Amino acid sequence: MSGQAGDRGDASGAQWPLYEVFVRSKRGLNHVHVGSLRAADERMALHHARDVYTRRNEGVSIWVVAAADITASSPDEKDPFFAPSGDKVYRHPTFYDIPDDVPHM
Amino acid sequence: MTTTEPDRSELERQFEDTIGRDQRIEPRDWMPDGYRSTLVRQIAQHAHSEIIGMQPEANWITRAPSLRRKAILLAKVQDEAGHGLYLYSATESLGADRSELTGKLISGKQKYSSIFNYPTLTFADVGVIGWLVDGAAICNQVPLCRCSYGPYARAMIRICKEESFHQRQGYELLMTMMHGTQGQRRMVQEATDRWWWPSLMMFGPPDADSPNTAQSMAWKIKRHTNDELRQRFVDMTVPQAEALGVTLPDPHLRWNAERGRYDFGEIDWTEFTAVIKGNGPCNAQRVAQRRRAHEEGSWVREAAAAHAEKQRALRQVRPGEGAA
Amino acid sequence: MSFDNAYEAITEQNDARWAFGTGFDSPLSGVDSELPEGVDRADLATYSLMLADDALVVSHRLQQWCTHAPELEEEVALANIALDLLGQARMLYTRAGQAEGGDRAEDDYAYFRTESEFGNVRLAELDQPDFAVLVATLLVFTTWRLALLQRMTGSRDPVLAAIAAKGIKEVTYHRDYAAQWVVRLGDGTDYSRQRMRDALEAVWPYVDELFATHPVERRMAEAGVGADPASLRDECAAVFGTVLESATLEVPQVSPRAGVAGRAGRHGVHTESMGYLIAELQAVARAHPEATW
Repeated sequence: MSGQAGDRGDASGAQWPLYEVFVRSKRGLNHVHVGSLRAADERMALHHARDVYTRRNEGVSIWVVAAADITASSPDEKDPFFAPSGDKVYRHPTFYDIPDDVPHM
Repeated sequence: MTTTEPDRSELERQFEDTIGRDQRIEPRDWMPDGYRSTLVRQIAQHAHSEIIGMQPEANWITRAPSLRRKAILLAKVQDEAGHGLYLYSATESLGADRSELTGKLISGKQKYSSIFNYPTLTFADVGVIGWLVDGAAICNQVPLCRCSYGPYARAMIRICKEESFHQRQGYELLMTMMHGTQGQRRMVQEATDRWWWPSLMMFGPPDADSPNTAQSMAWKIKRHTNDELRQRFVDMTVPQAEALGVTLPDPHLRWNAERGRYDFGEIDWTEFTAVIKGNGPCNAQRVAQRRRAHEEGSWVREAAAAHAEKQRALRQVRPGEGAA
Repeated sequence: MSFDNAYEAITEQNDARWAFGTGFDSPLSGVDSELPEGVDRADLATYSLMLADDALVVSHRLQQWCTHAPELEEEVALANIALDLLGQARMLYTRAGQAEGGDRAEDDYAYFRTESEFGNVRLAELDQPDFAVLVATLLVFTTWRLALLQRMTGSRDPVLAAIAAKGIKEVTYHRDYAAQWVVRLGDGTDYSRQRMRDALEAVWPYVDELFATHPVERRMAEAGVGADPASLRDECAAVFGTVLESATLEVPQVSPRAGVAGRAGRHGVHTESMGYLIAELQAVARAHPEATW
């Protein structure tokens, strides 16, 4: 698992890999990306996806895919910055350190 | 990773164009570092607020005085966990990492909404949080449904839909209590007295003291200033208070016919600052509880990861065989 | 969506998912609530209360986990189980009220009975000091309840049959959740394995009580309304065996925890921790007996 999905060591317990979640809300529609979640394995990912993103609506079809297994195109074909174009679904490789601030919520 | 020196000004121009045309920025688009870090910070604080915000309400789940209210409250707190997850998911699309963000929350390096540092002391607080705190949150959050960053905007649409139920259940509980016993009416008024001013503080410092607002508005992360949203909330809430039959604890609150809005008294910014700095009634308790849950859960998370790893290894040895 | 009419924009849609407030269809709408002929009213009421109390008390223990779960996704999952069981309890209390024929409703049973009037098994009320004990308890409870509900779909009481049919879908999901976690913890790290083993040791003495038949349960089984818990033992043992084997663990060899003069949870004789649970559950409601919420 380590090395997948941009995992880093977690000082306090392993961080589970990231899974992308796709839901078909009713028959006749495509699966649509609804977000992501973390899970230790595919089975847990499916369970969590049902709980988090559909609140267990019956008749809903769910796909979960390890984020690390998705190959994504580049939004701009001429884009020279991030060659080659077949890349991870989220291209930003590193975490940005965030300065402390007063919340504005 | 890159051999060609990118034309930064060209990338920046495309970014500005996209924002200017009111189109969404998506995860793989180029974006200025400041835009990315502002978003990560804001969305993370928002996610932390959802998660910490579960605590004051969860405080009353086991004691909710009817099974119907218990179910509503439990479902609401569950929604908040879900909202936190949608938002952490949006930060991860920007390259952030949930465990690092959690680390910042439990070490006190990142903040969450100051409102959740106030205690919930009676069951009426459950209703008042729904009415005032969720009401203020909706004022803040509805404009975020049009935020320029796609994953954040989409998460907010989902969240706002659910929040509207939260606010209505809170108001409905208060209505029921106001039609109940004298003791219940007193509880509602007393809870309103405690939560009114902290709710106004939820919109953040006055515009004059909010230096980041201009840039956030230019990037269309933020659509209205703190004071605009605060005024909007007051104007919306005063008639609701009248319909409910409670008094808002502000002697300066009155209709200003000239402005067509309500005037209201000065917020105690000293208290606001004290709470932000960690000296509110519950700051220490809230963070400690989140830290405890995270740390006490580490052996569980490690076990699940270890089991998954074993299963993966088994499948490699015996391909085609199902795993547990 | 403009800011000015944002409220309408977000409230116009009817989200049926939020199925806990007022004005929603009852899961039992359309089910005939007439009492089946020849069934003793008092027995049916008592039996419904036992099954309701099991669900409410386990739900309460799960509610206590809220904001303490080991991961955020588990918060959502545990709350789901707690909500489902709470929903089952509410329907069963309502059925008890109908059977009794008086004017008692769900909250009268939940909030205004004393500890010794609660007929839940003691397993339901056990303290949940860590996640391993929680999933061990859930595995045992959901396996047993699922077996029970499966028998009850054929109940002569159409209401209990309908409650069981709905509950089966829910509890199947709960059992799957618990079983997966028992396997993960048992097979995970050396440390988690030890904790899972300790948890099973702590929970297992209360397993036997689940299969002891109370006179009301026997009469309800004979009347074709309920299931005799003794008849569920083999089926449950098979499930426990399968799950624990996957978890590389063994069924604990422990003696059953005795009751008091042969009486235990179903007779209203509970553990000491039950009193605190009831105090917490009922404190606000009892402080305001005239109030409506």
